Formats: sequence, C-alpha cells, structure tokens
Amino acid sequence: MEIKNYIIRQISVFSENKPGRLAAIAKAFREEKINILAFSIAEADGFGVVRALVNQPDKAFKKLTSLGYNVAFTDVIAVKMKDEPGGLHEIAELLGEAEINMEYAYAYTGKDAAVLIIRVDLVEEAISRILSRGGSLLESKVFI
Amino acid sequence: MFWDKGKETLSPDELADLQLKRLKKTLKSAECIEFYKKQFSDAGIQTSDIRSLDDIRKLPFTKKKDLRSGYPFGFLAVPLKQVVRIHTTSGTTGKPTVVAYTRNDLDAWAELIARNMTMIGLSEDDVFQNMVNYGMFTGGLGFHYGAEKTGMTVIPSATGNTTRQIEMIQDFGVTAIHCTPSYAMHLAEVAEERHMEFPSLKTGIFGAEPWSESMRAELEEKLGVTAYDSYGLSELFGPGVAFECMERDGLHIWHDYYLVEIINPQTGEVLDDGERGELVVTPLLKEAMPLIRYRTGDVTFRMEDGCLCGRMQKIGRITGRSDDMLVIRGINVFPSQIEHVLLSLPEVGNQFMVYIDRVNHLDEMSIEVEMNREYFHGELQDLARIQGRVVKALRDVLELRTSVKLVEPGSLPRFEGKAKRVIDRRGEM
Repeated sequence: MEIKNYIIRQISVFSENKPGRLAAIAKAFREEKINILAFSIAEADGFGVVRALVNQPDKAFKKLTSLGYNVAFTDVIAVKMKDEPGGLHEIAELLGEAEINMEYAYAYTGKDAAVLIIRVDLVEEAISRILSRGGSLLESKVFI
Repeated sequence: MFWDKGKETLSPDELADLQLKRLKKTLKSAECIEFYKKQFSDAGIQTSDIRSLDDIRKLPFTKKKDLRSGYPFGFLAVPLKQVVRIHTTSGTTGKPTVVAYTRNDLDAWAELIARNMTMIGLSEDDVFQNMVNYGMFTGGLGFHYGAEKTGMTVIPSATGNTTRQIEMIQDFGVTAIHCTPSYAMHLAEVAEERHMEFPSLKTGIFGAEPWSESMRAELEEKLGVTAYDSYGLSELFGPGVAFECMERDGLHIWHDYYLVEIINPQTGEVLDDGERGELVVTPLLKEAMPLIRYRTGDVTFRMEDGCLCGRMQKIGRITGRSDDMLVIRGINVFPSQIEHVLLSLPEVGNQFMVYIDRVNHLDEMSIEVEMNREYFHGELQDLARIQGRVVKALRDVLELRTSVKLVEPGSLPRFEGKAKRVIDRRGEM
C-alpha cells in the first residue's frame, strides 16, 4: 500500500469569531456544490480555524480564496472505527501503543463506519504505525 | 562631502555659545513684534532674563493659530521695504499663513539647501530637476536657489505633464530630482506603462509628505535612485530644515539655525533625548519673521547616537502629528508607533484599528490587525504565535500591554485621505 494514499488534505480557513462567518463559508460550498464530509471549528481568543474535509478540495480552496478568505491545506489522516460501543476506545488504545502524538482530532459517523480524523506531526510515520498494528485508514480518494 | 564643514561639525560648546548669541539677537528682534511684546510682558519676562539656552523654557510657545491671527503682516519684525519675498502656507482651515523673507533670510535659506545637497553627494556635476510647485509653495523656489547655489544645472520643471517631465530627465541627463513621494510614485508608474527608463538618474529627494521605509524601497527600485528624506516647513523658511545624510538613519537638523526642543504636546513639558514628542523650534537666523518656541505639530525625537558622517545631533524621521497623541494609562502613544511596529512584522498587514476603552477604571487598548495570507498554514497555533509576537513587539516599543486581535485579510477599513484608525471609547458610558 502506498502510504501517500492515506494522506488527506483538510481545508483550514482562518475566520474571525463573529456571527455569520460560518454561514458565509457554508454558502460558498453550497454554491459550488461541494459536499462537506467532516467538519470542526477550533477557537481561540477572538479568532478561529474552520476545518473541513470536502469532496472537491481544490475547488473549495479556489472558491474561498477568491472570496478573500485565508485558506490553507493541512494533511490529516482518517482512521476507521467500529460504529458501536468501545469503537473509539479500541482505536485510541492503538494510537497510544503506536505512540502517536495527536495535535487535534474530530470524528464523524458515515454510512459504512465511524471515522476519527486526526492531525499528527509525523504523518507518514503515523500511517505506517497504524497500518502495521492492524488499524484501517480511509484513502484520500474518498474525498476527491 | 561638506558645504560648510566648520558650521556643520561644531563642537557642543561652540554650538551652545553660538546658539545663545543668536537666541539673544532673535529675542531682541522678536520684541519689535506686538504679539511677542505682549507675550513677554504677560509672562513677566524681560528678554534680558534669558541668560542660558535652558532659560528659553520660561517663554511661552507660539502656535500656528497665533500666526494666522497676525494675518497678513502682524509677525514682521522689519519694515515691509526690507522684505524681498513672501510665501504663504496652504490654508486648510481659514486664512493662509504668511511667511516673509529679507535678503539675508533668502541667502541663509539657500545656504541650508546647499548644505543638504552637498551632504548627499550632489555638486556642480549634477543636473537637477525640481518637480514641485513654483508658486506660493516654498518647495519650488527654496530648492531652486539652493541648487543654484550648490552649482548644479537646475531645471525648474515644476509640476504637471508627466510625459514631458520624463523626457526632460532623459534628454538633459538629469541625475537628481526633487518632488513629493506620491508624485515620484506616479512618475515611476507612468514610466513603467510607457516602457521609459531613467538611466542617468541617481538621487531622489522626497519631502513635503510623510513616507514610509517600504515606499523608499519601492521608489528606489522603480526609479533607480537612492532616496533621501527632506523635512521643512514654511514657518522655518521652508524645506531644508532637516535632511538625511548618506547614512539615511534619521535627519540632521541644523542646530546653528534652529534651537530644537521636544515637548509633551499635552503638558508642554520638555522631554529628554530619545523621548518621542512634538518638535518645537526657535529659529536663530530669521530676520523678517523671528519665531519663539514654534510648535511644529510634527512628532519626532532627538536621536541619542552620533552619526558616522560627523555632523550634529539628528532627529528621527517625522512619524505623525502631535494632535494624534493618545495617553493610555499615563503613557504617551502615537498611532505612528503602532504602524511602525506592524510594518516590521511580515506576518501581519499594515492596516490597523485601535480601540481604547476604560475597564474597571483602567485604560485598555486593543488593536485589530490583518493576518498576512502567506503566514497562515492552517493551524490555530500559527495564529496564536503571531498574535503573541505582535503583542510582544508592541510592548517592547510602547511599554504598554495591549490586546491584539487578528482579523481576516482585507477586512479592515481602507482610508483615502486622513485615516481614522483610533476609536477612543473612554468618554462613553
């Protein structure tokens, strides 16, 4: 398996923490018919970062940039979990044993499985450690 | 290169003696003016009470509005027949201010300009195009006569017809120009559009408007010149009062012509070297219109370090008007200081807004500044780090804790003309 296939490009948008900002970003996605697969907001001291996994990241990047947003791509990985009690525990334990340092994480449950999106500092190493311990990762092509 | 090395490099003692001698003479002639006669007697001071340079602090300031109230000839210390020229300053509010010159005044003024030009390496080998208004504005004739005195070949091109200006620079092999920085920018743009170049040009003198270091870099690149800042105001003759030398780190103000004080614009207290405040000048060689402790309204400071060129003490480049000063928790803050800090940080833009509030009887200053796109890599901690850097840089310069908010690029108001970047909400309840 090519390790690079598991690196997923998350869209990160700098946003001031004020009413209407999320609606404006969501509207841009809607107009471009971009589907959001996972999403989170991180906030600190008056500003925040909106993070999203979308089905057409390049198009999303172009659209938001053209609207004046400050946008960047961030590499993340997506670990599959069982959508049942204990699913997160199983994965969290695996990540702990693999000594993977998470900067942040957020989750979503899809049709097939629950997924934990994580941002780690050493992406490629994290991917090989997870795979070698029998973990299962989503491929980036799911998000294109 | 020096025009008058003896005067330009006087030792502190020689300078103080000369200044005191000239100050006494200036006070005598100021007494011929009704306004000053009254001011001195109101303050209970005889000119003979002024025995040292520091004694000048006993005298009241002269303000622009005082000059205006004397329109047209209320501030003349000599009969009109001794006046050989009159200029006026633009009257943005009410009547213009009149400035008058005797023949000696004009000579002294041209001498100053010649010092400045020689200081930046200009000589009779240079061809000089003076691209400013030649009418009532002092920049035209002031530079003209100074450049002639220096021995340069002078082209009094004045303003307008940019294409013709460019052609003259090319045809006459002009090596030095003088204009406002904004006109220089326009000149560069027009030349760029028409694919015209300035192979002969090497020196640009820019003044009459404040301009930034980033503008300097841009003008130098586009015009192929070394750019020098020129400072002056009509009330003190005109341009030539202070000028950059080749070090281009601060302005040499000519202390044998001008007695310099820096004051707190709100209290009038005289400040030390290194402290930023309003420039107050007592001209020491003006015959037609002597002035005592004239408040320029311009903000600067006396630089503590000497200059490699060996000339007298410098002042910092003008960074704004004293009317803009804020007092936050008892500390003086000029919006221009904030601007300077932000300019030095590539992670943020140059636009900013300042809000001042009173929270629990304490002044709180918060600053909004735009994030620079290129420094956002998608992480919250990038932003927190940049915010921390801005807070620290501001604290180092202002000696004041501020709160900084990063906002989206392009989201702050852009101002045309006079910017209103400070919103003081302390008066509101």
